[in-house]
Amino acid sequence: MTMKASTRNVDQITVVDLSGRITLGEGSVVLRDTVRNLVGQGNKKILLNLGDVNYIDSSGIGELVSAFTSVRNQGGELKLLNLTKKVHDLLQITKLYTVFDVKDDEAAAIKSFKA
Amino acid sequence: MNATRVSYTLDSTLESVNKAEETATQIATKSGFDEDEAQRISMAVREATVNAVLHGNAYDPKKRVTIAYETTPGSLVISIRDEGKGLETADIPDPLAPENLLKQSGRGIFLIRAFMDEVRFRNLEPGTEITLIKHVHGEARDGKEASK
Repeated sequence: MTMKASTRNVDQITVVDLSGRITLGEGSVVLRDTVRNLVGQGNKKILLNLGDVNYIDSSGIGELVSAFTSVRNQGGELKLLNLTKKVHDLLQITKLYTVFDVKDDEAAAIKSFKA
Repeated sequence: MNATRVSYTLDSTLESVNKAEETATQIATKSGFDEDEAQRISMAVREATVNAVLHGNAYDPKKRVTIAYETTPGSLVISIRDEGKGLETADIPDPLAPENLLKQSGRGIFLIRAFMDEVRFRNLEPGTEITLIKHVHGEARDGKEASK
């Protein structure tokens, strides 16, 4: 299953709904291009909804890290929403769970961004 | 169950990576591993094949990747062999070290080790062979039940 990304704005936060697999190749490229375009357009408060992402490999994890650092380096915030158990476990064993700000409720996640 | 061995020779492409992952899932499932374990095994195979295609053979169309699956009553043994310049495992940085935590790459072999029971590397000169072993922990070892 290829990865799809669609964006929507909620209270000045850009929510990116991702679905499919974030793996080496197309999935990682879609994520990279989506975040790069958002930051380029000045959208620096980004919530990645991973609720329909059922698989991430090490390349996909690297892409999430890269997205996180590039947004942060631009003075923005990138948070993760609705991790599946498999993605949650992967972030735990790679010690990235505490690096990312991970949320499981969209409304609370939106409110958690700095004004 | 008697030991069975099957091997595949693949091109150095991303398609091969996906194919290897699918085959690993099928063989792990057939060997009796549950869905979660089969996915961990297939992910380890995916990561090892990515290393073989990308870092080993560097997408060279003249170089191939060979993957062999050996199923025994006690374990599943998978070897992935490339024809690249070789791998020095001692040089691989620890991806959990604070200075490496936010690096984009370098987690593949760590994940392989996390998901498999045993991981061995062998320099082939040229090339590298990585052997991944997952033991069957369940009581029934005839493909009916495996590790939980």
